[in-house]
Amino acid sequence: MDTFEEFLKRVITIAFWLLLLGPVIVLPIILLVLPQFGVPVEVANRFLIALINPLEMLQFIDSLGIGPSSLFFKIAAFPGFTFAALFATLMILYERKLLAKMQNRVGPLYAGRFEGILQPIAELFKLIFKELLTPEKADKPFFWAVPFLAIAVGGAFLALIPLSPEIYIAKSEIGLVIIFAILSFTPLIVLTAGWASANKFSFIGGLRALHQLVSYEIPLILSTIGVVMLSGSLDLMKIVQAQASMWFILPQFIGACVFFVTMIAELERIPFDLPEADSELVAGWYTEYSGMHFGALQLANYIKLYGFSALFTILFLGGWNGPATLPPVAWLFIKMFVVISFILVLRGTNTRIRIDQLIKLGWVYLVPLAFANLFIALAVASLGIA
Amino acid sequence: MEVVDQEGRTLTFSIGPQHPGSGHFRLIVKVDGDFIVDVKPDPGYVHRGAEKMCEERTYIQNIPHLERPVIFDSSGILFPYVLAVEELLGVQAPPRAQYIRIIMAELNRIISHLYWLAIYGIFLGHSTMFMWPMGDRELFIDLAEAIGGTRVTFSYFVPGGVRNDLPPEFKERALKTCAYFEKRLKEYDRIFFSNPMFLKRTQDIGVLKREDAIRLGVTGPNLRASGISSDTRKDEPYSSYQTIKWDIPVRKEGDCYARAMVRFQELFDSMSIIRQALDLIPEGSVKIAMRGQIKGKVGESFARTEAARGTMFYHIISDGATHPYRVKISVPSFRSLCAMPFLLKGNHLADMPAIYWGLDYWPVEADK
Repeated sequence: MDTFEEFLKRVITIAFWLLLLGPVIVLPIILLVLPQFGVPVEVANRFLIALINPLEMLQFIDSLGIGPSSLFFKIAAFPGFTFAALFATLMILYERKLLAKMQNRVGPLYAGRFEGILQPIAELFKLIFKELLTPEKADKPFFWAVPFLAIAVGGAFLALIPLSPEIYIAKSEIGLVIIFAILSFTPLIVLTAGWASANKFSFIGGLRALHQLVSYEIPLILSTIGVVMLSGSLDLMKIVQAQASMWFILPQFIGACVFFVTMIAELERIPFDLPEADSELVAGWYTEYSGMHFGALQLANYIKLYGFSALFTILFLGGWNGPATLPPVAWLFIKMFVVISFILVLRGTNTRIRIDQLIKLGWVYLVPLAFANLFIALAVASLGIA
Repeated sequence: MEVVDQEGRTLTFSIGPQHPGSGHFRLIVKVDGDFIVDVKPDPGYVHRGAEKMCEERTYIQNIPHLERPVIFDSSGILFPYVLAVEELLGVQAPPRAQYIRIIMAELNRIISHLYWLAIYGIFLGHSTMFMWPMGDRELFIDLAEAIGGTRVTFSYFVPGGVRNDLPPEFKERALKTCAYFEKRLKEYDRIFFSNPMFLKRTQDIGVLKREDAIRLGVTGPNLRASGISSDTRKDEPYSSYQTIKWDIPVRKEGDCYARAMVRFQELFDSMSIIRQALDLIPEGSVKIAMRGQIKGKVGESFARTEAARGTMFYHIISDGATHPYRVKISVPSFRSLCAMPFLLKGNHLADMPAIYWGLDYWPVEADK
């Protein structure tokens, strides 16, 4: 396999022959063999018609229970997992191009002919084809469980975030609380990864991540209480409705800052990426993960980036509120894009912080600030400004 | 895996030789929680026997392999060898060659310091500070290539002068590069050296006090960061350095920040020295004509110069043959290695990259 494009050509060739040979083999089976086993001819006929007529195909898929309005489609495709993964892929490309521009480089350039837009896809294929290595002394069930658990937590986080009044997967009166409950699984997964890898660097990285995530969860939750007080609800939909006249970032500026800082720490991104500090810990708790295991962990991290930027937008930047020239969901994505850009610029301009400085920052500055923010919210709410 | 030792408190692991945070050497680190309690450096992975190799080769054949240990400071570490051989031969380079040597050595100092800065940036997690110095370093490599013919290892200094003259219009080109780079250094200062996160990571970390610096014998920028105004270029001027004016950058703190700032200041100083040398450079020949094999007279010679990492010292013994009888090289990196365990003990594990690379220890140079 020489280049990515040659690989694509090969895939297309295989797909072409499958499409050509498929009807020759599949059609006789449907028409001749299946009725012999008692499958009614109508189902077979409907499938054949659906193959030709796209509208019929939609109805056929709907009748199977996986149509665009079904829960399965929502979870699997839009606005669920596939969409988030695609968004994450785009974000990886955007991150690399933005950092390259900051650092006088060009970044990915060749895959996909235009500015390397297919680079993330090419790297996905690379990761898929790599060998999955498991350390000999690793605790294998736990070692293998971690990538799945990480993806599961990312996916559950996604499911609770609405993208507009119409586009959502799950709606709950206490959505915010459930999100924090789900996120509190992360330290457990990270510690499992660090322990099960049977590697000293993984172990230290896991312990560091545990310290970081546990101590930053408190300011993270505290900083959102102000928003809950002003909107009077834990439902993300109602929080966005409450911001129709004024975004909560204005009365809750300190809260927004605290949330932003803790968000970066929860995402383990520079300047808070010390669980995977490469100059002393190789790759922290990722060290022993290879191939698609590593890919899954990275994907989970970028899905969390997507989820957190959406959550920040919903809590502080008015969610999908905006002039009616664009659909609500477009406004949400524009704001998310701005938030993500801020996170990425921090990566280009900062050094990594040390673990004791990080813990001190969390407990000495962020927690008191979050409490101060609480009183500001109380004052604003009692004065009836928002 | 044995995670804990018998006492159940400390955790021992090797950083290197296969580790993103080590060079070609190993640090056996013992940590208690997040604190380093014991460090054993394990150098020698890249020992090539440079001193022994010298005994098998003629004085001229020695030049290419002696500049290999630090290829991005190749002229700087070759300088004392050439001076020592000249002393054995009883000749001195012509004045023009002396100034060209100054220009080349300072170009190499800038190239070496920029390489150090780039790696320091990425060691502290600052990816932009990795890319910028690596990119700007190319400008100085281009300048050095115009003089020496290759990108990093020039074999440009030869006993009796330099190999060839400066290319035409070199002065304009060098001044243009220096003017551009001074602007860039201000940007470096804003994004990295004045960055509060950088200050947090380096200030009061790995403090090497004045007395300890003398006791452990560190040289060069590390010594100057501990409050001692010592620079071989000033103390024992060689190759017309006495005609050039600059202030030795000295800082009293002795921490990682001071070591970084001394090197940052030296980038400015080196450019100033290049400018002055370009103004002062006389016309004339660049090499003393020597026929046949060079044979040193029976005796010994010493030479000491300031390379990018500190004082570089050569001691050559000659028995009158075409090969040196014995060559002893004293390198600055090995002296930094002596200070490393002293500085690392008691610090956080996360400070290891900052201290280790802050000393600008180069394993290949130390192993020779």
